[in-house]
Amino acid sequence: MNEPVDMRTISVKVNGVEHRRTAPVRMLLSDFLRHELRLTGTHVGCEHGVCGACTVLVDGRSARACLMLAVQSDGCEILTIEGIANADGTLHPLQDAFQRHHALQCGFCTPGMLTTLMELLADNPSPTEEDVKITISGNLCRCTGYAGIVKAALDAAAVLRGEKAPEI
Amino acid sequence: MKPPPFSYYAPTSVQEAVALLGSLENARVLAGGQSLLPMLNMRFATPDHVIDINRIPDLTGMAIRDGEVVIGAMTRQRDLEFSPLIREHLPLMHEALQFVGHRQTRNRGTIGGSLCHLDPAAELPCIAAAHDAVVDVVSESGAREIRFAEFPLGYLTPSLEPGEMVRAIRFPIWPTRTGASFVEFARRHGDFAIVSVAVLVTMGADGAIERASLTFGGVGSGPMRMHDVESALIGKRLDAVAIKAAAETCGAIEIDDDPYTPPHYRKHLCRTLVARALETAASRASGSRP
Repeated sequence: MNEPVDMRTISVKVNGVEHRRTAPVRMLLSDFLRHELRLTGTHVGCEHGVCGACTVLVDGRSARACLMLAVQSDGCEILTIEGIANADGTLHPLQDAFQRHHALQCGFCTPGMLTTLMELLADNPSPTEEDVKITISGNLCRCTGYAGIVKAALDAAAVLRGEKAPEI
Repeated sequence: MKPPPFSYYAPTSVQEAVALLGSLENARVLAGGQSLLPMLNMRFATPDHVIDINRIPDLTGMAIRDGEVVIGAMTRQRDLEFSPLIREHLPLMHEALQFVGHRQTRNRGTIGGSLCHLDPAAELPCIAAAHDAVVDVVSESGAREIRFAEFPLGYLTPSLEPGEMVRAIRFPIWPTRTGASFVEFARRHGDFAIVSVAVLVTMGADGAIERASLTFGGVGSGPMRMHDVESALIGKRLDAVAIKAAAETCGAIEIDDDPYTPPHYRKHLCRTLVARALETAASRASGSRP
């Protein structure tokens, strides 16, 4: 049982900031972000890739941080919930729309919802309601019933296209 | 819910990877990790060594060679989903990819990983079976090919020898006047299929079926080709009578009981989905869309 633990040094850029840490090779990316980098905004729900709460963007693509080893992110750029707001601290249009539409209640699924939708809006500035529903099909929310989340995503897309936010 | 301890290797070439695979006991290959990581987290899998093949550039990409689409084992499902080459030459795969997991898992998940994991409800093994794909396998001692019909040995078990790994998968392209259709029923979009069906039909100039392929996913321990139904369709027009006959045969297949979906329910789905898939494939074939 006392075999030496296999460790690696991992260099990652998270939300624009370079980090370098040594961690056991079996450490999940989700635990690396939370425990090593103290970025606890990434939530850990099921830890087997079902709930979507730990979704982060790895080199611009959404991924479940509980289904990646931290060592696999060496050399990657990661965006977490902590990196979504504007540099001056004001909310990103997606966060703002979530607030206005009451698209969260307990907030546990919110980091994963936002990162997943960030990728959708980057890929497709004019998603349909169906596109949004399919995109968040991998993210479980047990409070809202999803309606507010879908509305918020469509609203944020409109704002990002330069249109006025629709009246609620 | 944390992976057990293991030692980790990240080879950057296929030679390096097969050398490791040939020399290490109880080693597992880590592809996209969308099945292996949950199995590690839940400790269903406890390898002593994990060989991560994500940093081998030679395993990624797709090309057409000698009438086949050749796809590197580590090509991501998301890259296949958005590839114009796949959409044009393997429309059955393009359609099926919409049902593979979720956006987050398709971004990481690979075609080789899905085929080697061989989940009975998975879509990509179903497509490989439907297309009579060929799996290119490599080990320290050389390379060989495995016809996909011989690839699944049983539940979650590919016919790979110790020390072997998948390098690429070759999908023969079907001729023009082929219609493809993939239909699936699951409880929620992206969930494991309760039943899925993949259909390819090629129509002759006279409108009769020249060639057919019909495969079920989710009903057996692996993809299930329906060779008797396929041969019964040859020479027929794909009208309501032919579709009904095919659906009835499909509704009579043996299905094991499972606690969530009883056999009679899945047999009903087989009948219904096959009829839908055949209708769609027929209309696509006559529209001369590949």
